[in-house]
Amino acid sequence: MKNEKKWELRLYVAGKTERSVTALANLRKYCEEHMKGQYRIEVIDLLEKPQLAEGDQILAVPTLVRKVPEPIRKIIGDLSNEEKVLVGLNIIPAQSIIE
Amino acid sequence: MTREKKTKKIDHIYKYLPKSASGISGLDEITQGGLPTGRPTLICGDAGCGKTLMSIEFIVKGAILYNEPGVIMAFEETGQELAMNVASLGFDLEQLQKDKKIKIDHVHIDRSQIEETGEYNLDGIFIRLNYAIDSIGAKRVVLDTIENLFAGLENEAILRAELRRLFSWLKEKGVTSIITGERGNGMLTRHGLEEYVSDCVIFLDHRVIDQVSTRRLRIVKYRGSVHGTNEYPFLIDEDGISVLPVTSLGLEKQVSYEKISSGIPALDKMMGGKGFYKGSSILVSGTAGTGKTSMAAYFANQACNDGKKCIYFAFEESPRQIVRNMKSISLNLEKHVSKGLLRIHASRPTLFGLEMHLVSIYKAIREFRPDVVILDPITNLITVGGMSDVKAMLVRLIDFLQDEQITVMFTALSLNATVSEQTDEGVSSLVDTWLLVRDIESNGERNRGLYIIKARGMKHSNQVREFIITDRGLDLVDVYLGPDGVLTGSAREARKIEEETGVALRDYALNAKDREIDRQRKTLEAKISSLKNEFESAEEQLNRIYNEDILRKQVLSKTRDQMTKIRRGDEETGTAKIKKSKNEK
Repeated sequence: MKNEKKWELRLYVAGKTERSVTALANLRKYCEEHMKGQYRIEVIDLLEKPQLAEGDQILAVPTLVRKVPEPIRKIIGDLSNEEKVLVGLNIIPAQSIIE
Repeated sequence: MTREKKTKKIDHIYKYLPKSASGISGLDEITQGGLPTGRPTLICGDAGCGKTLMSIEFIVKGAILYNEPGVIMAFEETGQELAMNVASLGFDLEQLQKDKKIKIDHVHIDRSQIEETGEYNLDGIFIRLNYAIDSIGAKRVVLDTIENLFAGLENEAILRAELRRLFSWLKEKGVTSIITGERGNGMLTRHGLEEYVSDCVIFLDHRVIDQVSTRRLRIVKYRGSVHGTNEYPFLIDEDGISVLPVTSLGLEKQVSYEKISSGIPALDKMMGGKGFYKGSSILVSGTAGTGKTSMAAYFANQACNDGKKCIYFAFEESPRQIVRNMKSISLNLEKHVSKGLLRIHASRPTLFGLEMHLVSIYKAIREFRPDVVILDPITNLITVGGMSDVKAMLVRLIDFLQDEQITVMFTALSLNATVSEQTDEGVSSLVDTWLLVRDIESNGERNRGLYIIKARGMKHSNQVREFIITDRGLDLVDVYLGPDGVLTGSAREARKIEEETGVALRDYALNAKDREIDRQRKTLEAKISSLKNEFESAEEQLNRIYNEDILRKQVLSKTRDQMTKIRRGDEETGTAKIKKSKNEK
């Protein structure tokens, strides 16, 4: 994993809840489909590391934070809406949804 | 701390709600102890009414005074901004953070960065709050302003459910918390936070009446506790917030029989010799230039001379002006000022609202703890409030001062020349002693007459006195009450001179008569003595004649005896007898 990934994603969860498992599964699925090999996912459990919540300004869980590419984007929720996630991550441009 | 309290007051646990003192002066008195311990309190109000400041003061005072660390979760401003905002009040948030006394967590919400898909909850905030509370062992929490979440997140249903959960979680956690909220249309807060926080709701208001703004505070509800229900004015100044709980108008005051001198001996005499009762209120009213201020200054001076502390609130003149002007009637106020016995507090009435004046007066009195307070003049306060407002304010001030056993003197300017009926600012019924100085105009000059209109609880003179101001000071003199009416000033002097002349003339006449009688007496005495002499010489003469008569009789009888003896012939015996009687002699 030496070479820089195009997407660096961080998923904040609070414990292994149903919602967080769903979110992680959804995220993995989208990434495999749209950016295979170009992403890295880091899962942070805030119950274990509460001090990290402040740095990324986490309010809600689950929250997906796109660290790279900048600017930082946040998607909160269980990521059940694929289009919104992909638009939010700038993987597909917003226009394509309208088309 | 709370646990200790609970065990200590175990008997009262069902009677009283445990409370956490806010440390904000006045607020704890209204709430009878502070905010409910371990429960959330909502502070709401318009923008700029002081919500944030009040909540920060709660945290800072808690950390400093009560050793209860606190967490501030700021949704609006960053920690640095907050620190800067309250630095002017002398709160050093940076240092307190370093000392682990408080912790500030800034929650930044940027809608443009956030996308919502599907279900979520606000565990992020819970975790952050929990972490912050646990890291310093916080007992107090402030959420300022949590409603910002509504601007940042779309799903209101989730938000509402989560807020409800947050508040019950805070209760469970046992922290005393303050939630701030902005006032909404027809509601206390924009998003109806009061629905979730039902233990204690404090409403702050910032009103502008006649271009003067006043901040007010009201406790809308306080479950499980008695509290003051009125609107209380409060002040934000260099010491933070002070609330004024002075509408508790009980009439169960301590009274004193002690008296304090007015500084004018003649005036004291008019009131039974010793002056005003301690803790009473005195009103000096009069038209312009009748010497009200001088009288007040005299009273202040006397109090300071007696070693009492006095505070002088001037609404017309600056402290230096007063000191200078009083020098002209030989009153040295400067020495009292430098000794710290006298404090002159000058402020323009229009500087702030009436309530604010009251708060600042209240604060100054609390701080200085004087024995005597002077307000000069109260009439100027009308420029910032209506008659009824001024009266209400003075009622509260008098009330407070009586509680503290402080003697107060108000001066009031009466604009009406026919004064006596005018109730000055309606306070005349409240004050204990009312002195009236009025102009008496006659003979082309104006003189001052002083009356005591009332003096509760003491015998007082009903006489009009002339009140004179000279370089040597103030004094009262009797006016001349003659057949021509009341005479004052030079007319009185003239009358006096006239009377004095009359006396002199009468004296002279009396003297002449005395001398005449004296002379007559002397002549009579002389006569008596000459008669006496005459009588004595007559008596002497009489005596002499009488004695001569006796002697003659004796001599005659002797010679008759001898003659008979001789004629009988026994001359010898006769001569022997004569010889014998000679020897006997």
